[in-house]
Amino acid sequence: MNITEKILARASEKSSVSPDDVIFAKVDKVMVHDVSGPGVLKVFDKLQKQGIDTSKLHDPTKVWIAEDHFVPTAEKISAENIVKLSNFSKKHDIKKHFKYGMGQYGICHTLSHEEALVNPGEVYVGGDSHTNTTGALGAFACGLGHTDVAYVLLNGEIWFKVPETYYFKLNGKLPPHVMAKDFILKIIGDIGTDGGAYNTMQFGGTGVDEMSVESRLTLTNMTTEAGAKNGIIESDEKTVNYLNERGATNATILHGDENAEYSKIFEYEASELEPTVAKPFSPENTTVARELSSTELDKSYIGSCTGAKFEDLLAAAKIMKGKTVKIRTEVLPASISIYKKAVKQGLIEIFLDAGATVGPPTCGACCGAHMGVLGKDEICVSTTNRNFPGRMGHVESQTYLASPQVAAASAVTGKLTDPRDLN
Amino acid sequence: MIGNVIKYEQDNIDTDVIIPGTYLKIHDYNELATHAMEGLDPDFPSKVKDGDFIVAGKNFGCGSSREHAPIALSTCGIKAVIAVSFARIFYRNSVDGAFLLPIEVDEETYKKISNSDSLEINIETNEIKNITKNETYSMKPFSEIIAQIISAGGLFKYKK
Repeated sequence: MNITEKILARASEKSSVSPDDVIFAKVDKVMVHDVSGPGVLKVFDKLQKQGIDTSKLHDPTKVWIAEDHFVPTAEKISAENIVKLSNFSKKHDIKKHFKYGMGQYGICHTLSHEEALVNPGEVYVGGDSHTNTTGALGAFACGLGHTDVAYVLLNGEIWFKVPETYYFKLNGKLPPHVMAKDFILKIIGDIGTDGGAYNTMQFGGTGVDEMSVESRLTLTNMTTEAGAKNGIIESDEKTVNYLNERGATNATILHGDENAEYSKIFEYEASELEPTVAKPFSPENTTVARELSSTELDKSYIGSCTGAKFEDLLAAAKIMKGKTVKIRTEVLPASISIYKKAVKQGLIEIFLDAGATVGPPTCGACCGAHMGVLGKDEICVSTTNRNFPGRMGHVESQTYLASPQVAAASAVTGKLTDPRDLN
Repeated sequence: MIGNVIKYEQDNIDTDVIIPGTYLKIHDYNELATHAMEGLDPDFPSKVKDGDFIVAGKNFGCGSSREHAPIALSTCGIKAVIAVSFARIFYRNSVDGAFLLPIEVDEETYKKISNSDSLEINIETNEIKNITKNETYSMKPFSEIIAQIISAGGLFKYKK
């Protein structure tokens, strides 16, 4: 069995599972945020009317809560959703509630690794499609809707069809100025937004072994954009060290069996990869950044679970250091822990000196919620994950998805820029 | 189940156009319905009739896990989406929450169905009868678990 199959076999108490088997998997961790949490509570209301008891959760110690999509609250309805979350965690004595403006907080998928909330080998589900992100730690991490999350909260398990696994092998180390984001955009361009549909996308090879945990998280994060059920990377010493540094006690190295089966293997040479951009209006609409060098921009957005981890900010700051932005540039670190680290290491000063603004950790404009949404005809280069019509604001705005280095290089030129071409 | 078709000749109709992100803070189903398909067809809520079906190309509902998407469509009266393929979370949200039927058909069938056609869907025989054109198509049968959850009326009513 490969790693996904091993995890799902363990979670469903079977000696082995194969693709297409339908299982009920015991869930180790479950996450809701300020969009899915109130959605789940709405499901609870419906269930209560049908006579189903929702007064007790299966295991509140497995649940954690993030406030990320509509914080800081700009409207009463968003504030009311946050109040609902607070009442919910109080009622069920949920200890891991990361409240905006209170110690550590940030984007749910970032907290999952920054706070070592999920261990290799666990089944983790969240009420958000980018829950796939956390699979880079060697977990089965999968996004679900409100009804399914409500079912998990009350029953501790959920059904899955065991997915087929596509294995993406990266040979060699990424060249300078080429980031994990470029690799995953290249993959989505090759296989399309339904190219991984219902399947697992697993990453490996020397190029992935070489990558930092944060870079690996960028790969699994955007498996969602290829329609995958989960993205996963076998855990190694780096994963274990990363998690242990953040307080984990059960992090282990976990691999698939030697005779693990994959339904397809895709091989990439790292040396052939280049800074890559997805043009409007789909993450599969990719090309190399150099082909777009005449594209005039209105904004550069460096944020989200995809593109505002510490190393993303570091890469952007190295490019922006001593330069001045030519377009409005917004930097939103993905969590407070990352924000603090960026302050200590002088990155925030670099952004501010360059003329960019720095905002609080929030999903913000990535999902068109608030804090930097785009107006009609505005053109943005963004380190986020989707660029469907209206994703970041007006339906006639345009988003080019790119790496933090491309977003930073573009910020200082005002045009879409390959960081290799910056003087 | 008989209904009329609202057809979008388009692949990859994503959750951002089905219900834009700014409305994710809303959990009132009737209010969500007033914004259904806003990113693609702002007239949708005014033209849709109870019992209608949406027909579209491949990868319908790609993008986010927002259950707001099937909720908005179903509250507008949509009983089924007939598409060449579906994105996985939209598919399972539709079934587990018992909002609407996600029905897969082949490319040829998708092309044969026109806007405003009257269809009769029979999930027992896996047939779609086009009453307007007097044609009959086959739909892809549901997998066993999906059929069982649909027949139970959603995941919470399903007994494993």
